[in-house]
Amino acid sequence: MTSTGRRVFNVINAIILTGVVVVTLYPFVNIVARSLSSEQEIIAGRVTLLPRGFDLTTYRLVMSDSLFWTNYRNTVIYTVVATTISIVLTTCYAYVLSKQHLRGRGVLVGIAVFTMFFSGGLIPNYVLVSGLGLRNTIWAVVLPNAINVFNLLVMKAFFESLPVELEEQAAVDGLGTYGILLRIVLPLSKAIVATMLLFYAVAYWNSWFTAFLYLDRAELFPVTVYLRNLIAGATDATSTGSVDTDVAQVAANIKAVTMVLTVVPILTVYPFVQRYFVSGVMLGAVKG
Amino acid sequence: MVTLTKAPPTAPATPPKRARRPLIRDWQLYSLAVLPLLFFAVFRYAPMVGNVIAFRRFRPGGSPFGDDWVGLRYVRMFLADPTFWQVFTNTLIIGTLTLIICFPLPIVLALLLNEVRIKHLKRFVQSVSYLPHFLSVVIVAGMVGQLLSVDGTVNTLAGTEIPFLQRPEWFRTIYVSSEVWQTVGWGTILYLAALTTLDEELYDAARIDGAGRLRQTWHVTLPGIRPTMMTLLILNIGAFMAVGFEKILLLYNPLTYPTADVIPTYLYRLGVVSGNFSYGAAIGLFEAVIGLILVFTANSVSRRTVGTSLW
Repeated sequence: MTSTGRRVFNVINAIILTGVVVVTLYPFVNIVARSLSSEQEIIAGRVTLLPRGFDLTTYRLVMSDSLFWTNYRNTVIYTVVATTISIVLTTCYAYVLSKQHLRGRGVLVGIAVFTMFFSGGLIPNYVLVSGLGLRNTIWAVVLPNAINVFNLLVMKAFFESLPVELEEQAAVDGLGTYGILLRIVLPLSKAIVATMLLFYAVAYWNSWFTAFLYLDRAELFPVTVYLRNLIAGATDATSTGSVDTDVAQVAANIKAVTMVLTVVPILTVYPFVQRYFVSGVMLGAVKG
Repeated sequence: MVTLTKAPPTAPATPPKRARRPLIRDWQLYSLAVLPLLFFAVFRYAPMVGNVIAFRRFRPGGSPFGDDWVGLRYVRMFLADPTFWQVFTNTLIIGTLTLIICFPLPIVLALLLNEVRIKHLKRFVQSVSYLPHFLSVVIVAGMVGQLLSVDGTVNTLAGTEIPFLQRPEWFRTIYVSSEVWQTVGWGTILYLAALTTLDEELYDAARIDGAGRLRQTWHVTLPGIRPTMMTLLILNIGAFMAVGFEKILLLYNPLTYPTADVIPTYLYRLGVVSGNFSYGAAIGLFEAVIGLILVFTANSVSRRTVGTSLW
């Protein structure tokens, strides 16, 4: 390889990767800029990189909406409850699946893995959740997706990598299965439990469809559904043609503000937790 | 394997551990599986059984499994439904476009990232490219809406006033581009992991044989990450029929139905919104079975040709 060719490649590569970074980041920058701009500047199509006609009125407006805060609080509650349930169930099942000697282990693995490739489908699920009387309760949001099979397999792979001797020794010392799991295995598994917490928490924080499907009362919505209704409402208004300009202007601004407020928690923790996600995904990749 | 239950106090008198039946010996382990199994039974397998409503007439307030057998009535109904064929075609087109474009791009990006020798720069680009993966699809749809609105950046830069999201001819482009934006960075993770395991000596050998960089990539790097590529390809094929249901539901509107409406969105409107549960379930079952066949076929083809398979 000549060094000239190498240098040309490096330059081209740098240009491409810079392009990737710019394209990835631009929508974020644009949303923040819009959220801080005045409605007139947005409608005129002048807001791209920087806020124009700096204006915080919309932030005040959104933050004074009690429904927004109720829905924001719901998101927090749903995320905490659902993540707790998911972690407990996933840990228990992954631990059982990691025991090579267990009779029927293959069947237990199969039961979980099959659901990755075949599912009951939207309608039967909807009929079931309605039939169980879970509609308009928190359970419709936190139960139907309690175990993510991909996460389960990642955790199983981790448990399998722990030294067997430790558990054997604990058993000889008189600890039962529960004792071994709680006092030996879990303390050694902080890294994987933390990864799973992140995986589940982000998924629940971001989810909207289960809530949209099973909740009818606005005070039960998570903030994602609040945002969805805001966006859909605005779209409906524009498609009917005759919109009050004031409403349209405020809507354009409100959408940006609500998006920023919804995404801020994720962006705040992202730099700190990102490497855990990455190592978690790679851990799963080892076993496939 | 060591018995996990405590030995009773009269240990010497009990029969050898081997004689204990595994079910009794491991009862505590099995007990840990009870709640998860309950979850799978109720929220995963019961809906599969619930698909029988595709062959039975469902009445609101009646049994969730339907009331009377009607045989293939609903299957015949959707096969004769022109809208069904329209959404079926849309599903195939959007699924194929997504597969063709979203599958190879992470490989390309991973190869480019792998050539970056400055560690901090590489990590920065990676961190930025993963970011969209952590966003709610509602946010992504919102961003797409803002960028493409009449007052949005795309129109501002192009000097036009096209309402992109109201135009059927734009929908597929918009959908696939936003899908690339969301997934390309995150998709590189597994490839980058696979790339670090490649043997340096193979590159040295190739270099001695006179292979340039491109030939090295072609003959050493790509075969090296082939198992990862195949695994992800099979998984992508498995998701082919499901297409980005949630995102399409957020992005489409009656004006763009001609190109945007796919099987999952159609059966959402048909089943949940209009209450034709049996009809919707029949279409959903059809879709799920095609998905299952695709993934099994891809898996066995891959196992026979390149020796990589999911199971």
